Amino acid sequence: MPILNVSELRTHFRGERGPVRAVENVSFTLESGETIAIVGESGSGKSVTSLSIMRLLAGGRARSSGRIEFLGRDILSLGEAEMRKIRGNEIGMIFQEPMTSLNPVLTIGRQIAETLILHQHLSRAQARARAIEMLRLVDIPAAEQRIDEYPHQLSGGMRQRVMIAMALACEPKLLIADEPTTALDVTIQAQVLELMADLQKRTGTAIILITHDLGVVADVADRVIVMYAGRTVEEATTKDLFLHPLHPYTRGLLATIAKLGSSLDDNAASRLTEIPGQVPSLHESIPGCAFASRCPLVTDLCRHTAPSFEAVEPDHKVACHHVERRLQA
Amino acid sequence: MTMETPVLELRNLQKHYFLRPDFWGRPTATVHAMDDVSLSLKRGETLSIVGESGCGKSTLGKTIVRLQDPTGGEFLLNGERADTLQGAALKAFRARVQIVFQDPFSSLNPRMSVRETLAEPLVNFGLAASRADIDAKIATLLDMVGLPRDATNRYPHQFSGGQRQRIAIARALAPNPDVIVCDEAVSALDVSVKAQIVNLLGDIQKETGLALIFISHDLAIVEHLTHRVAVMYLGHVVEEGARREIFGAAAHPYTRALISAVPNPTVEEKKPRILLKGDVPSPLAPPSGCRFHTRCAFATDRCRAEVPRLRKIGGDHAVACHYDFSADGVLIQHAH
Ligand SMILES: Nc1ncnc2c1ncn2[C@@H]1O[C@H](COP(=O)(O)OP(=O)(O)OP(=O)(O)O)[C@@H](O)[C@H]1O
Ligand SMILES: Nc1ncnc2c1ncn2[C@@H]1O[C@H](COP(=O)(O)OP(=O)(O)O)[C@@H](O)[C@H]1O
Ligand code: SF4
Ligand code: SF4
Ligand SMILES: [Mg+2]
Ligand SMILES: [Mg+2]
Repeated sequence: MPILNVSELRTHFRGERGPVRAVENVSFTLESGETIAIVGESGSGKSVTSLSIMRLLAGGRARSSGRIEFLGRDILSLGEAEMRKIRGNEIGMIFQEPMTSLNPVLTIGRQIAETLILHQHLSRAQARARAIEMLRLVDIPAAEQRIDEYPHQLSGGMRQRVMIAMALACEPKLLIADEPTTALDVTIQAQVLELMADLQKRTGTAIILITHDLGVVADVADRVIVMYAGRTVEEATTKDLFLHPLHPYTRGLLATIAKLGSSLDDNAASRLTEIPGQVPSLHESIPGCAFASRCPLVTDLCRHTAPSFEAVEPDHKVACHHVERRLQA
Repeated sequence: MTMETPVLELRNLQKHYFLRPDFWGRPTATVHAMDDVSLSLKRGETLSIVGESGCGKSTLGKTIVRLQDPTGGEFLLNGERADTLQGAALKAFRARVQIVFQDPFSSLNPRMSVRETLAEPLVNFGLAASRADIDAKIATLLDMVGLPRDATNRYPHQFSGGQRQRIAIARALAPNPDVIVCDEAVSALDVSVKAQIVNLLGDIQKETGLALIFISHDLAIVEHLTHRVAVMYLGHVVEEGARREIFGAAAHPYTRALISAVPNPTVEEKKPRILLKGDVPSPLAPPSGCRFHTRCAFATDRCRAEVPRLRKIGGDHAVACHYDFSADGVLIQHAH
């Protein structure tokens, strides 16, 4: 049984100018021990997808429909009390900006210990010992002393490692990491990614890694989901996605990113490939394919009918009417 | 032999920030944000400044556009001292050296239409004689940055992030400057839009001979668009040179680690990563000697004691390290 099964997830926000269709059609499954990456440009619905899974879009303005199954339980129909038992316990979370998700007035030790006391029913002394152990695990030097420090006393990289320690303290089955290294420098990012991979090997946690950095994806993901304007447009193993991308948007995305070392062969610095145009507004309901206004292969069919998200090869799904043209080529 | 005068020349430029003066007005701590930076930039050239957060890239940028004064050293624009200019001369300088920031959302005035935004520098620097002249110049600027001419009466919030950055670039181009400093100007943009703006900057440079200081932490983009690169670490330039030298034959252990840490978007076989230990030390108390010694795998007693000077190791390549390394990063025991 997969750990997580998301099908036809749709999350809209009520807005002054009508609904914001942040997530329009997202489907994927995740097996235990697996790392799946969700990629897409800003506003494509990556964070709203993860917040929908965590049921953290309260406040009445957001509405999710479709199905989210976590270990067989239907997340969208659980009560808030049951959700609270899952959050931070069976599902861990790491966000982009650790300063906003760590409590500035509590020591980091207190914050880690509190989740352990709440979810794992450890005593204070046990929780503190475990917190020190977790900080050691994420390479915080002098963990016995650092445990009594406040978040602002740590560097950005250390704060992100504390977030990881906190998220993994209860040994969650699923870890959702939303841009966990985006705010970090590359040398620190390399440390943090290495650490996450290492911890996953030990614990078998399944990871949803949300990022806009295809370099990070290539390094750590087993499978990749590409989102565009709130929709999953392609899903494949990482290798397949990079070597045989099928959706025109994915192909554009891979062509447009600068690769280190790739421009050293030419004499002059080279032009980057562009994807012309812009993403559509999420205020409009789009009858056909969301990528139609920018797609070089667009036909009338695309403008009128939304393509369904289907497997065209084992382990490779695409939402595009004209994918067969490329499969034949 | 006549040497072309550089558009911009930095000589031992230094910027220290003095924190919280005590009762006697003496600073209690000094941030060594930029120390002893010497660089030069030619017409039509792009010099990129790279390095990790806090290494002094924006400090350098803000200093050379005179948003703040250096605490030491000097810099020259077209061969003339620019760090001491005041009054009318400083105003004339501001027209020659412009800056574009990362966040087009906060750098544009939300209450000014595109027309007002672009007319301001033209009027302010006395570059347009009449209303018709202003309109003609604005039309040219909009063409240059690929915005429709009917954009003039719209306001920043009516544009996408990429379009806003085009407006900011048009505003910087308005006084027809010699240099534009781009401080993370494309960092907040999505990849597909980023490519559009990067190509746009390249096209404008080819057309006008504009010189660019491109501040960025995105090494792949830098490799694509730059002519030369300066790598900074804790306020020092540790390596400097032509694009190919830095990306193809980096000599400094920090540059090598930095480049190897960039995750490359391919599933082909990759070179093993050089993992640096620890965090960047505080610029309040930079390490003695070579500032990189606390994280360098090759550090010796000499590194801890003596500051390595930038030394030439090729035609357009200089490095600040006491030692030489072979192409695959093995230390050659040969001290300078
Ligand atoms: N006004 C200021 N007062 C005190 N310290 C400052 C000030 N401005 C910058 N600094 C410090 O100077 C150092 C260099 O900062 P700078 O903004 O130049 O870094 P940067 O290389 O641009 O980093 P980033 O990549 O994060 O933009 C940092 O330690 C910073 O905290
Ligand atoms: N609380 C909210 N209320 C209204 N709109 C929102 C809210 N959160 C996100 N959105 C909108 O939903 C869309 C998708 O956002 P998000 O999932 O955060 O994108 P990303 O892929 O960058 O993580 C965006 O247009 C965003 O503005
Ligand atoms: S469905 Fe049509 S418009 Fe959409 S991606 Fe495929 S070819 Fe392009
Ligand atoms: S001078 Fe010494 S510490 Fe500095 S980079 Fe060279 S070898 Fe490393
Ligand atoms: Mg997000
Ligand atoms: Mg900066």
